[in-house]
Amino acid sequence: MVELNIRQPVRQEDHSDPLEIPSLSPGVMSESKPYQASPDHQKAIGFPGELVDDWKERAIDKLGELVGKSRGLRVYLDTCVKCGACTDKCHYFLGTGDPLNMPVARQDLLRKVYRRYFTFAGKYFPWLVGAEDLTEDVLDEWYSYFHQCSQCRRCSVYCPYGIDTAEVSMAAREIMDSVGKGQKYCNEIIGKVHKIGNNLGLQKKALEATLEDLEEDIEDETGVKVQLPVDQKGADIMLVTPSADFFAEPHVDGLIGYAKVFHQAGASWTISSYASEAANFGMFIGSYENMQEIALRIRKAAIDLKVKRIIFGECGHAWRAGYSFLNTLAGPFDFLDQDYPVPQHICEYTHDLIQKGELTFDKSQNDDIRLTYHDSCNVARGSRMGDKPGGQFEIPRAILRAVCNHYYDMPADTIRESTFCCGGGGGLLTDELLEVRTKGAQPRMRALQQVSEDHGVTHMAALCAICKTQFAKVMPEYGFEMDAIVSIHQMVSNAIVLDGQISEEDEDDEDETRTETSGDDTNEGEE
Amino acid sequence: MLTAAYALLFYVATLILVGGLCRKIWQYANTPAPLKIPTTPAPVTLGGVVVRMVREVVLFESLFKANKWTWLFGWMFHAALLVVLMRHLRYFTEPVWSWVALMQPFGIYAGFAMVAGLLGLWVRRIFVPRIRFISAPSDHLMLALLLGVGVSGLLMKYVARTDIVALKAFCLGLIYFDWKPLPADPMLLAHLTLVAVLMIVFPVSKLLHAPGVFFSPGRNQIDNPREKRHLAPWATRLEAGTGGKR
Repeated sequence: MVELNIRQPVRQEDHSDPLEIPSLSPGVMSESKPYQASPDHQKAIGFPGELVDDWKERAIDKLGELVGKSRGLRVYLDTCVKCGACTDKCHYFLGTGDPLNMPVARQDLLRKVYRRYFTFAGKYFPWLVGAEDLTEDVLDEWYSYFHQCSQCRRCSVYCPYGIDTAEVSMAAREIMDSVGKGQKYCNEIIGKVHKIGNNLGLQKKALEATLEDLEEDIEDETGVKVQLPVDQKGADIMLVTPSADFFAEPHVDGLIGYAKVFHQAGASWTISSYASEAANFGMFIGSYENMQEIALRIRKAAIDLKVKRIIFGECGHAWRAGYSFLNTLAGPFDFLDQDYPVPQHICEYTHDLIQKGELTFDKSQNDDIRLTYHDSCNVARGSRMGDKPGGQFEIPRAILRAVCNHYYDMPADTIRESTFCCGGGGGLLTDELLEVRTKGAQPRMRALQQVSEDHGVTHMAALCAICKTQFAKVMPEYGFEMDAIVSIHQMVSNAIVLDGQISEEDEDDEDETRTETSGDDTNEGEE
Repeated sequence: MLTAAYALLFYVATLILVGGLCRKIWQYANTPAPLKIPTTPAPVTLGGVVVRMVREVVLFESLFKANKWTWLFGWMFHAALLVVLMRHLRYFTEPVWSWVALMQPFGIYAGFAMVAGLLGLWVRRIFVPRIRFISAPSDHLMLALLLGVGVSGLLMKYVARTDIVALKAFCLGLIYFDWKPLPADPMLLAHLTLVAVLMIVFPVSKLLHAPGVFFSPGRNQIDNPREKRHLAPWATRLEAGTGGKR
């Protein structure tokens, strides 16, 4: 097996350890702030339009309410002993050196206010326990640093009490929303989902046109009529996928991959235009109500379309919201086929078919790719696939190994439960936060550089829409091509052999590696 | 006078410790957990959760993953404290339980290990910039308090010995409400005072990590959200309110 066209990263000077601990640089990221939501965006999702006059009292009341409603938050705010176990675990700290990006310091921004107003020690001896009044400066700090947390939960793995900074930052964001200081990116998107059904604001007509185009593309490439149905009543399976899959690269190649798998399995499936979004940004802002409203769209679509199963496409936090929360938020799903988990992940589905030997692959179609895999944080630490704990690590890898010949893991302390966030999760995937996103990607990028030096790895697969978009944007900063990030089902799509697939030579084989459409080299598939 | 003061101090300290902890535990137990948020991979059965929790509480598994030095000092301190506490049972039992009698020699070593662990933790808190940054005065004081308890205890064993028979009579007297005189040795009084302070601050300080760890959803939840619908009481009410939507 001769390797063709192995691309080495452009930038070679950074051979550093992904886990290298920076020296402290207080305040370097204090100016990093996302754009604030406009009054319209705020009101559309049930929050005050702008900062209310009595924001301080209302914020404290809200904190008390949240602590009373969530055991996790209460325990997490009480139990931290400041042991420091988490201090070097956050990718934003590793990338910036700002001490307020150490998980415990980030939690303390909220904890110091909790202590001041809700604990004996903080009420009477604030100086002793680091309790502080809620002031405008504190609110500013919240806005800055709780939007430098991607809620990836890496710190919680290492905490001796399992304290989860994600829960703390969700609570802080909900408090800020409730007093009128919301974040534009998340809140505008949530409004679009409530109104139209997906993050992009994509209407049914546009969706249908896009999917028809994809059907044509697939037919041009393979000679096979693979369908991508919309709102087909009575279909067995409803696919709920992040709307980025309809447009962005490399996401759309993943969508083509799902379609080919469904086609080859002979499945009857459909996309819903009403629930045309797997993402649930309600989770990022810690709003149970908004998260539930989005989840209920999926329930309604499943009922209206009379489907029997729900399958989620590749999206990290969406899988957490789907796997861990959907049943709680929008269940019970007793009207669906109980022989299958609700919801099911597309990787579980594809993996099952592979296990049963129902899919045929020509792995050589991926021979121009030397691959590694990025465990997306929400899948790794907030969900599961399959029956066994850790299936979320094994199943994607098993699929990738089934469809390509050259697979290598990144260093062990940067993958699986220790995986790093891509740097763009948790509602930070917006351009004004590009600096913190780029710096936060540093540990993952260094791990990728290592595996590319050691094994000539050229590409990294991910199963999360946010990861894919984030990496496509920041990889060039670290010496990789933007298309070095691929979807899992893009790899599947490259290698899968469809019944009746044409086997003539590909006319425009311009690639040194994978580029745009997935079918460039699938044509040689069947012989 | 001295005896009465210390007797009262320990009654009050015990009431605060037990009452405060019960209140906190009741509060933790009665605060709903709205969503399934175990840190995965997580056990899929109750038995698995018990095993996870035991590993966490006995071995400090997560801390071991995080930082070997903090784990070493922290585990050494906690394990030694447990042995020391068990050794102290001899002051409250008559006749002394046989296993308590058997472990007396180990209790002495444990006293040194406890102090060594605390010193290690304090050195890290002072000299590692990241940990210094996150430390409040109370974090240093807590270590000072525990060190004071450990060192005064060791000094009583090796330097300024006290009338141990009289002390035991005092302790048993506390239990049976039949007060006996407390020896007025300064080192003993210092040791007892520090212990009483520790008992009093326990329910209002970060020492709440002791009961708290058992209530951490990240560690104590079963990973079965697809199989079993999880619903908090307040969420059920919310659901009833939005019933029209579904």
